[in-house]
Amino acid sequence: MGRDRGVSLPRWVFVPAVIGATFVVLPLIAIITKVDWSHFGDLITSDSSRAALWLSLRTSAASTVLCVAIGVPMALVLARTSFPGQRLLRSLVLLPLVLPPVVGGLALLYTFGRRGLLGHVLEVMNIQIAFSTIAVVMAQTFVALPFLVVSLEGSLRTAGHRYEVVAATLGASPSTVFRRITLPLVMPGLLAGAVLSFARALGEFGATITFAGSLQGVTRTLPLEIYLQREEDPNAAVALSLVLVVVAVLVIGLARPERARL
Amino acid sequence: MSLDFRARVDDRGLDVEFAIAPGETVALLGPNGAGKSSVLSLVAGLLHPDSGQVVLNGRTLVSTSDGTDLPPHRRHVALLAQQPLLFPHLTLRENVAFGPRSLGRPRGESRNQADLWLARVGVADLAARKPAEVSGGQGQRAALARALAVDPQLLLLDEPLAALDVAVAPDLRHTLRQLLADRTALLVTHDVLDALLLADRVLVLDHGRIVEHGPTREVLSHPRSPYTAQLAGLNLLSGTWQDDHVVLPDGTTVHGLVAGPPPSSGEPVVATFRPHAVAIYPDQVAGSPRNSFDVQITEIEPLGDLFRVRTERLSADVTAQAVVDLGLAAQMPVRFSVKATEVAIYGL
Repeated sequence: MGRDRGVSLPRWVFVPAVIGATFVVLPLIAIITKVDWSHFGDLITSDSSRAALWLSLRTSAASTVLCVAIGVPMALVLARTSFPGQRLLRSLVLLPLVLPPVVGGLALLYTFGRRGLLGHVLEVMNIQIAFSTIAVVMAQTFVALPFLVVSLEGSLRTAGHRYEVVAATLGASPSTVFRRITLPLVMPGLLAGAVLSFARALGEFGATITFAGSLQGVTRTLPLEIYLQREEDPNAAVALSLVLVVVAVLVIGLARPERARL
Repeated sequence: MSLDFRARVDDRGLDVEFAIAPGETVALLGPNGAGKSSVLSLVAGLLHPDSGQVVLNGRTLVSTSDGTDLPPHRRHVALLAQQPLLFPHLTLRENVAFGPRSLGRPRGESRNQADLWLARVGVADLAARKPAEVSGGQGQRAALARALAVDPQLLLLDEPLAALDVAVAPDLRHTLRQLLADRTALLVTHDVLDALLLADRVLVLDHGRIVEHGPTREVLSHPRSPYTAQLAGLNLLSGTWQDDHVVLPDGTTVHGLVAGPPPSSGEPVVATFRPHAVAIYPDQVAGSPRNSFDVQITEIEPLGDLFRVRTERLSADVTAQAVVDLGLAAQMPVRFSVKATEVAIYGL
């Protein structure tokens, strides 16, 4: 019986590959070994822990919804139209991928903060954004949005627009084509992008602490709680870290099969 | 349902003007890159002309003089391409119902329409399947049903049979022939059989210009451009089917292989074979192969490495050696012979 074995890899490739895998996996194991299992339940169900976890899940979910709501139109415009300055715009939209999150947080603060660019306007309208839960969602959306846009734009380009052309010649209006053809065809990419955005929002730290501060139950998300507990109660920090690892693994596990289909 | 087309696209070197009468099917023939697909794109609204106008049934689809430019979904022009391009996430029934639904018909009525059309193209039993679960030929049938289900004022066909197996193309061509009978359609092809069997009239496009036009048989029997001559090299004999062979009007019989659904006795058919398949014998040779035609040579012309020997109705491609050996010359009576396995017979 034949077995497709493709072209063999050079043997030496396995050495750095194994070192790399160890480099990623070993710290995870280290965390698990540090967990104080006898008090694990108490540690992750303390008031502050529960508040932080609940806040993290709520804000990450909200920012994922926001990412989908504004990221899908952005990806469509980038993938299906052409206009002068489009390349530049794409680079700018993707900037938060490489920007240190703290810088992103500062930028948001100087835009929506009380003394920021829009601060006066917001003050007149009696809207206070900085250091509120809304600020947390905005910070998370800011850093997570590019993940959704990149993922979806790739799917849109892979799917091509031939089906959309056929649908249009059958009398479907652009909105109908989007709803019944484009969206279902790129759904795997959209789901993958949404899951990645959620994961990125869940882990967000720098932009959040800069723009939203660290107020228990209001802006102190799980990563912030872990950072603060690190000194006061290292055992609680480790236990919460494990919770975050588990949530992240679940999220990536959900996203994986979808990505494989792209 | 008539079409008036006049358009110029400068960067593609296209400058074309033609009309299609109501109920007429026109074939657009031409070599690759001649601009055939651009013409379809212009009619469908996927390409904008530098100048010109396209009018369907008195409705201006696009006009550069008054700025009209209807989007594709308002043109009532359906497109059947080489690939079925069935929406992969919908069943065949949902695919066909997509058009009627998009035009605002109720769900139930659209489904009934879809089932009706799927039955007309012969894939009713596959209605619940997804496109990935049917063959290329079945998919193309469903795509045809989908295009016709919107009752388009003009049907655009872009080499609809080119991607299909030679085994299934004749059947689908037959179906197309029945469904196109009284429809206004524009067919892009470079298969002479498609033009012969599906179109009333042909336009030959070369380098962005129409170089020949007229009724299909006339253009193909008296080709004036090299491209048409090469294309029209196919020998074509019309007759009626009798038991297991074709009888020509002059009583000659032709044997061959039936492509597509078998005809019944008395039905009109055409027999086709390539000039390459013809062997030439001196007139008085004894014995007779199954298919032989006593003909008189009208002209002999070089065609690449070969010579094309033309007669009133048929042509044969032979080597220079054969021309010399047989002493072939114009006016000479000879016998053309062709094996039955080289003859393809199509029901009309």
